[in-house]
Amino acid sequence: MIKAILIFNNHGKPRLIRFYQYFAEDMQQQIIRETFHLVSKRDDNVCNFLEGGSLIGGSDYKLIYRHYATLYFVFCVDSSESELGILDLIQVFVETLDKCFENVCELDLIFHMDKVHYILQEVVMGGMVLETNMNEIVAQVELQNRMEKSEVNQVI
Amino acid sequence: MPAPIRLRELIRTIRTARTQAEEREMIQKECAAIRSSFREEDNTYRCRNVAKLLYMHMLGYPAHFGQLECLKLIASQKFTDKRIGYLGAMLLLDERQDVHLLMTNCIKNDLNHSTQYVQGLALCTLGCMGSSEMCRDLAGEVEKLLKTSNSYLRKKAALCAVHVIRKVPELMEMFLPATKNLLSEKNHGVLHTSVVLLTEMCERSPDMLSHFRKLVPQLVRILKNLIMSGYSPEHDVSGISDPFLQVRILRLLRILGKGDDDSSEAMNDILAQVATNTETSKNVGNAILYETVLTIMDIKSESGLRVLAINILGRFLLNNDKNIRYVALTSLLKTVQTDHNAVQRHRSTIVDCLKDLDVSIKRRAMELSFALVNGNNIRGMMKELLYFLDSCDPDFKADCASGIFLAAEKYAPSKRWHIDTIMRVLTTAGSYVRDDSVPNLIQLITNSVEMHAYTVQRLYKALLDDISQQPLVQVASWCIGEYGDLLVSGQCEEEEPIQVSEDEVLDVLEGLLVSNLSTPVTRGYSLTAIMKLSTRFSSLNRIKKVVSIYGSSIDVELQQRAVEYNALFKKYDHMRPALLERMPIMEKTATNGPSETVQTNGETDSTILDTKHLPSISQPASQANDLLDLLGGNDVVPIIQTTVPTKPASAGGELLDLLGDLSLTVIPPMTAYNKNGLIIEFTFERSNPNPNIAVITIHATNSTEADMTEFVFQAAVPKVCSFPSCSTVIRKHIFISLIFLKEQLEAIKHRHFKIRVPVYFRQGLLKSYIMHKIFFFSGYCWHLI
Repeated sequence: MIKAILIFNNHGKPRLIRFYQYFAEDMQQQIIRETFHLVSKRDDNVCNFLEGGSLIGGSDYKLIYRHYATLYFVFCVDSSESELGILDLIQVFVETLDKCFENVCELDLIFHMDKVHYILQEVVMGGMVLETNMNEIVAQVELQNRMEKSEVNQVI
Repeated sequence: MPAPIRLRELIRTIRTARTQAEEREMIQKECAAIRSSFREEDNTYRCRNVAKLLYMHMLGYPAHFGQLECLKLIASQKFTDKRIGYLGAMLLLDERQDVHLLMTNCIKNDLNHSTQYVQGLALCTLGCMGSSEMCRDLAGEVEKLLKTSNSYLRKKAALCAVHVIRKVPELMEMFLPATKNLLSEKNHGVLHTSVVLLTEMCERSPDMLSHFRKLVPQLVRILKNLIMSGYSPEHDVSGISDPFLQVRILRLLRILGKGDDDSSEAMNDILAQVATNTETSKNVGNAILYETVLTIMDIKSESGLRVLAINILGRFLLNNDKNIRYVALTSLLKTVQTDHNAVQRHRSTIVDCLKDLDVSIKRRAMELSFALVNGNNIRGMMKELLYFLDSCDPDFKADCASGIFLAAEKYAPSKRWHIDTIMRVLTTAGSYVRDDSVPNLIQLITNSVEMHAYTVQRLYKALLDDISQQPLVQVASWCIGEYGDLLVSGQCEEEEPIQVSEDEVLDVLEGLLVSNLSTPVTRGYSLTAIMKLSTRFSSLNRIKKVVSIYGSSIDVELQQRAVEYNALFKKYDHMRPALLERMPIMEKTATNGPSETVQTNGETDSTILDTKHLPSISQPASQANDLLDLLGGNDVVPIIQTTVPTKPASAGGELLDLLGDLSLTVIPPMTAYNKNGLIIEFTFERSNPNPNIAVITIHATNSTEADMTEFVFQAAVPKVCSFPSCSTVIRKHIFISLIFLKEQLEAIKHRHFKIRVPVYFRQGLLKSYIMHKIFFFSGYCWHLI
């Protein structure tokens, strides 16, 4: 099970945070800081797996992360997930974002936080992997966006 | 009221803030605006406001006042509202807030909505944060959706069902019928989530597990199709067809096959196929292989398959990708116990991983290396491990040092090698070794009689280099104290003997006493070592001076030692040589290396003494046995009710503590025999001038008027004590002293020894008495005197 998905930039500013287990707000922020601290001091040529920090559950959990340009994508998982599989999943997620936003960059994530959430919702649900087929995900997100647009209402 | 600003406006504004304070101000301003907008029950802009609130929440600002608003949005008819409302509910609400129950009705309605995306939203929310009450209420709806033909909804329903089962395990049964044809789905999304659902059910209930075992053939078929089918653009990831699904299925097969012969049999072929056919150039292929290996190791696979699996792991170790090496090492660690030989083949690769830059890989390689050490590879492995110890991070040093000691203990090819290895560890990682390694090492050195000269020379040289590592210093000073004579006489055979004078040695030891780096314990060692040298060296005056200086040391322990040594010089000089002579070979009680030195023998054996009557004599001391048997007899009187000393006896600890401040209670004198006018009493004490000698005095008293003649008092005692002869006539009193040396008692400490006393005496002309008494003593009595 995936316990949390965190996306933050090279300075630790959160771009998307999603916890699949309850944590109080201040604890959430602390976890973000701790995770950033752990991940940012990793060299570029070491493996992408880390033991979870003490706040998030310690050695029972692993932090699996990937660094893309200015952003860190961190998945905190327990032992029921395959480490290598999660690495692939992160790749799929990023490639999906790329398809949805057309050459996605950090600014896209900044200004369309809600849309990123919706895309993530089609990939991971309740801490479990829902769909891994990129085209499927993109298609479903597109349809829902169209639904939103078709409604006569105010844009968010 | 003007329209609330759009989300992206807000974001843009906040990004212009240059300080945290500025940002906080902007946020507070916006929050105030949002709050008043909420108060006005503005339906049009509610979605916008909640979106902004979620953004601020992500930055860490409180947003709880938006919770109710999310509920209102969920109840709205517009998809836009619902979308952001459900998201807000998932981010801001949880079952701890009572408010969340208000969602139940909305979700119920939305689960039956005409638009699949609304249904999807409802399923998603329920599956993320549904409480047990909500799950109970809505499980029926979820179950219905699990049977729908709409694959978009079906896959979400499957994951939602997993969440329901986690929250309310009793409802698991309810989903069983719906699982019947889940695996015949064509849609991979549904297949994937169905496998997740089945996995969850199997993990939770053994009944479900046996029920679902019949699905193994179907799973194998699906897997086969995935591998064999040609390129399918839909599911392709880097040239492999839906690797995520393959991995999921492999994991489920692992659970189903574990411990079950038939299932394992059924999957052998497909596992072999996956293992050999999967493309390994990219991470996806390796992910599948990794999962396959784990499955092979967990089920009851045939040995050929197991070897194949370990070889795959071995190949992983050579992979350039760090992640692959990491998972390989982790898996090998799990399998090294069961498939030891197969893992041995990859030993050299594993040892190479010790040199990796990555900390996680290094640690795993270290653990695995220790698991692989055996009698054949000990020399080579130890070289690598010592090199690793030199260069590794401080976090590793303690574990590595303990591991090396253990391995050396078990597999040392020669005593010299063993000592060299331990010396190397002490010099490189001396401050990280465990406390009990010092006595262990001392015991090892003492027992390697032929290496004494070599050892003390090496230790002396190490001391000259560095006196900061306390364990090394302690061992070294102890050895110099014991074997200082060998050191100055230059007797070393193993290597070039060094020329060192008595004064130089004493300089070094005194240096330890004054150095700031030395701990109090170390100082104690040095002082005692200096004292011991008084019988081995000729520079007596110097030693006397040092000892007397410390008689007024602030450190109580040091002071006590110095004072007692002083006394030894002054009043008991005649005893000094005997006291300070070489240590005898110590009996090795611990067999498992440094980690297990606490012996339990003492405790179990001394309980023998607590019983009143022993039916038979168990475990007599070997030499005494013959004597005792000759004498025969059956009266058994336990003499000492011993209480086990509270300090656990460690192999070398007490021996180093010459003065033995271990005395607990004093055994009171006891009357062993009081009949017919003859009273025999035993008293126990330590010899007054010489505290290392225990004396058991047997006092025979004649309480009658007449003399007792032909008194014979023989004792069969183990060789540990000396027994003087005694007079045959008792007028009034006879004293017989049995003398025991502390060391000798230590040697038999956990065994007991007997003094069997046949007593014969004649009173007057006619009466004569014969009796036999057996008195038991425990070696532990040393502690009770």
